[in-house]
Amino acid sequence: MNHDRNHDNPNLIVRYTPNERTNHWITAITFVLLALSGLAMFHPAMFWLSALFGGGQWTRILHPFVGLVMFVSFLILVLRFWHHNYLDRNDWQWMRQIDDVLANREENLPEIGRYNAGQKLLFFTMVACLALLLLSGIVIWRRYFSFYFPIDVVRAAALIHSIAAFVLIVGIIVHIYAALWIKGSVSAMVRGTVTLGWARKHHPRWFRESIK
Amino acid sequence: MAFQSLDILRLSATTVPPTSVRAPVTGTVAKLIDVSKCIGCKACQTACMEWNDLRDEIGYNTGVYDNPHDLSAHSWTVMRFAEYENPNGNLEWLIRKDGCMHCEDPGCLKACPSPGAIVQYTNGIVDFHEENCIGCGYCIAGCPFNIPRLSQTDHRVYKCTLCSDRVAVGQEPACVKTCPTGAIVFGTKEDMKVHAAERIVDLKERGFEHAGLYDPPGVGGTHVMYVLHHADEPSLYHGLPDNPSISPMVRIWKGLAKPLALAAIALTALAGFFHYTRVGPNEVTDDDEIAAREEAKRLREQRDRPAGDQPEGRTEEPIK
Repeated sequence: MNHDRNHDNPNLIVRYTPNERTNHWITAITFVLLALSGLAMFHPAMFWLSALFGGGQWTRILHPFVGLVMFVSFLILVLRFWHHNYLDRNDWQWMRQIDDVLANREENLPEIGRYNAGQKLLFFTMVACLALLLLSGIVIWRRYFSFYFPIDVVRAAALIHSIAAFVLIVGIIVHIYAALWIKGSVSAMVRGTVTLGWARKHHPRWFRESIK
Repeated sequence: MAFQSLDILRLSATTVPPTSVRAPVTGTVAKLIDVSKCIGCKACQTACMEWNDLRDEIGYNTGVYDNPHDLSAHSWTVMRFAEYENPNGNLEWLIRKDGCMHCEDPGCLKACPSPGAIVQYTNGIVDFHEENCIGCGYCIAGCPFNIPRLSQTDHRVYKCTLCSDRVAVGQEPACVKTCPTGAIVFGTKEDMKVHAAERIVDLKERGFEHAGLYDPPGVGGTHVMYVLHHADEPSLYHGLPDNPSISPMVRIWKGLAKPLALAAIALTALAGFFHYTRVGPNEVTDDDEIAAREEAKRLREQRDRPAGDQPEGRTEEPIK
């Protein structure tokens, strides 16, 4: 097969533009930093991760600022991709056939557009998590904001922050695994293009819409 | 303040048991504050400042005796003055020395994410080791008594140490040493309970029928206890919690959630690994590519054709 990644190559489809990829990877890198520093402050068994950030004090200082970067970056990503993620009737059918999905029996699934139901659900899960993380994160940002809130609000925010972070981390593990499992997905986000075969196999409706 | 490193009962953010062979034969210690003997002179505040080399900023008088108005990183104990009109219409001036209660089940220690930043000694004293403090303020959320204060200059949290440095060498806390009325006494927790019981009998004889000891069971008891004339209503004493305990939100957050979340994260990653090794990756074959190119060619031809040339009644075969 032709591995020339030139965007004019008729055997490739552009899935992500350079701006979209940069936007995605800024979000991804900040997520990794936040997950590591957040886990360091969540469970004693993970506290050693704070060494990666220059110690406990630096972990505590950096985490919320990196969080703001992730939120803004993610927000732009959401605005870019929101309209691709509306759920339709096919998506419910897709979810009912999750066993076919997991067993690589895509030929049995309804026609998938740019994103499948799993991707769409993950998208909205992340939107909810990020919103909760921002709001609760501000409340527990001791340096600048916590003293504006009653103590029970701070306690609730700490709990909500850890629950939302947990859901997000599990969601991202699924996201990363799916990218490794469905071969060709990683290069979609690294190089920006997918092959015609990839598009037709995994996103047939999007494939037909994309042929120009 | 570092104490003998073997005399540790609990360490913050530590999942293995601390060194625990040594245990004080006399049991734990306690400070007993008899509010009925307190005259509000603030000598204890001054002694605390002197012993710990603390000087708070000079504040402003807002018409109450509380000075400073609140605990801070530089004020580890503060006299709280409450004016209470009792059912007989008489004014009672309820004065309480506020500060860390040294809980048997410390919410601060439970919430702390930094190993060894908060310790509980075998003698019951809960102490902050600020050199390990990361300044997150979780202990503030954990404390049921609103005691720890974050320094705005060094971003570490401070509170009463119960003079762990003095106690370690057999002396009583500075506030106890200085109290001119004997309202603050210090000794083993057992002795302090006996002493409190005598005081309570005395207070009851003098008409305070609800006199009692404040040693709240919700936090496993405390190593700073009060003798109150109105032990049935601790909140009269400038909002002393009636029944303090660690908030259930903190219990979940720093209790069950920790191992469960970590296990679920690890299991999710493992589930991915085993899916990959059992089901395997989803790959696009060369045949898929050829079929896709052929279809793309068909689609392009169809679109390049002028609209009118579309053969009637023939639609493209649906592609699976």
